Amino acid sequence: MRKAFIRTLAELAGSDPRIFLLTGDLGFLAVEEFSERFPDRFLNMGVAEQNMVGVATGLAEDGFLPFVYSISTFISMRPYEFIRNGPVHHHLPVRLVGIGGGFEYGNAGVTHFALEDLGLMRLQPGLTLIAPADQQQTKSALRATWDMPGPVYYRIGKDEATIVPGLGGRFELDRAQTVSEGEDLLMVTAGSIASEVVNAAEILRRSGITTRVVIISCLNPAPAEDLISALSEFDLAMTVESHYVTGGVGSLVAEIIAEQNLDCRLIRCGVSQMPDGVTGSQQYLEHRHGLSSEAIVEAALAAINTNARSREVVR
Amino acid sequence: MPIPGFLLIVQPMTLQDRAGQVSSRRIRQIILEQSRRAHVGHIGSALSVADLIAVLYEKVLRISDPEDRERDRFILSKGHAALAVYAALFLNGRLSESALDTFCTDGTTLGVHPERCLPGVDFSTGSLGHGLAVGAGLALAARLQNSQRRVFVLVSDAECNEGSLWETVMFAAHHKLSNLVAIIDLNGQQALGYTEQVLALPNMKERWQTFGWDAHAVDGHDRDEILATIENLDIASGAPHVLIARTVFGKGVSFMEQQIKRHYLPMSEAEYVQAMTEVDRTL
Repeated sequence: MRKAFIRTLAELAGSDPRIFLLTGDLGFLAVEEFSERFPDRFLNMGVAEQNMVGVATGLAEDGFLPFVYSISTFISMRPYEFIRNGPVHHHLPVRLVGIGGGFEYGNAGVTHFALEDLGLMRLQPGLTLIAPADQQQTKSALRATWDMPGPVYYRIGKDEATIVPGLGGRFELDRAQTVSEGEDLLMVTAGSIASEVVNAAEILRRSGITTRVVIISCLNPAPAEDLISALSEFDLAMTVESHYVTGGVGSLVAEIIAEQNLDCRLIRCGVSQMPDGVTGSQQYLEHRHGLSSEAIVEAALAAINTNARSREVVR
Repeated sequence: MPIPGFLLIVQPMTLQDRAGQVSSRRIRQIILEQSRRAHVGHIGSALSVADLIAVLYEKVLRISDPEDRERDRFILSKGHAALAVYAALFLNGRLSESALDTFCTDGTTLGVHPERCLPGVDFSTGSLGHGLAVGAGLALAARLQNSQRRVFVLVSDAECNEGSLWETVMFAAHHKLSNLVAIIDLNGQQALGYTEQVLALPNMKERWQTFGWDAHAVDGHDRDEILATIENLDIASGAPHVLIARTVFGKGVSFMEQQIKRHYLPMSEAEYVQAMTEVDRTL
């Protein structure tokens, strides 16, 4: 997804001289397609994220479209106040590009696990929040949002190969994308964990349980109408996100259910505690934190059973 | 909804009689008048930069229109001295008297810290350590656009506690942003103590020189020296510039000068009378 993002950005930069790429000394074997083609519009800012966002703010104030690239944790948290008081408060088109959501940095450890970036960015009014599900959707999401007014945060995965079945790269601002249909359970997800969710839905289907899987790749503006419509059709929904269980997709869906007074029970599937320092591959960590397709299936079956029992009691 | 500050702007010429020259004394008088009316503090910080602001707004900044893209840019990174800037904007006719009188009232765009929505303010500040980075971005943009515009950023000495400031110090020097001019209000004080006791920053000029800046120590109350130093800077090439401006916190009001408690405290009525009497005698 990184390479797809940078390749698309380079294509856009070919026709828009306002595009500028700044990196916090990261992006080896990822940013070269831009930096070699546009050396005058590329700067390695060094390991100084606050200055990088501040400089980008000044560039945006004077007409540039600066894309600021780093690992998701580093670009979302270290300069957070600069983001708030800079591009958010001044409505400037700074683009924050965070690489690697959730556990994508695997063995690199806790400092590299972006588990709160979606929540942090969702808090900021006027900041467009994009988390593409695969490299095809990364391209279409960037092409749909690159010259929007105001700031944008992109959570870009590291997986360059996986394609989410049924998505076909579709992206629309404030719209949700349905990738599989079903009647027993609604699953809502965002970002590169979507492929695990689709796998989980397939496993459930083989057991006779059909699931509608909805991907919301734009959390702000939220695809509220699509979510209301989907949530109105189900009495059980499950959100799955490679993120803390609070602040991201689960919170968004909970807010909609509550505010719209929908009769739908919600199970939020995400990271519930600060990782304890035990590390491993992305796959290992996702399973450990309940985000592998097998773990998602287990959570879904438990939710369906609990929901059925509680509805029986009500009757 | 319209922003009040926009509605309060008037044409420069209509204000000449009431406003007049951007003098240090007039800036100080306005700081005292408005602080008294609004009953707010941060008076000493604003008095500290009055001469620097006077030189910038009267002699240095090339601003014919606050939205002209080729204008010089000014960021008051030590945002808590915004009242000095409001006074200068009033004195050079960019802010009406009625607008100035909204300082710190409900619904105003003239708060303790400056907001971008007020014409004449280039960036909202109030959180220290942010303005210089944005100024570096503006300076880089000017260079990339082959513009002659210059960027001035006024920082406090306590602001040099912020690590983010030093990130920008490195960046601007590395990229030789010669159109960037930082001015340090070196009054030796911060909110709760003297900088020497809180987090000492000795040899300030040498520090910036070591980081690759063209550094100049000046008397921050000597307007001729400030102006001459700025006029002699090589804006076209070489290192970014910094004026280490030695100042006196509360300058012009004897009972405020170098007094830590005057960072936050507003004035009593008797103090206001004495302060105005003293400032009236200054140049």
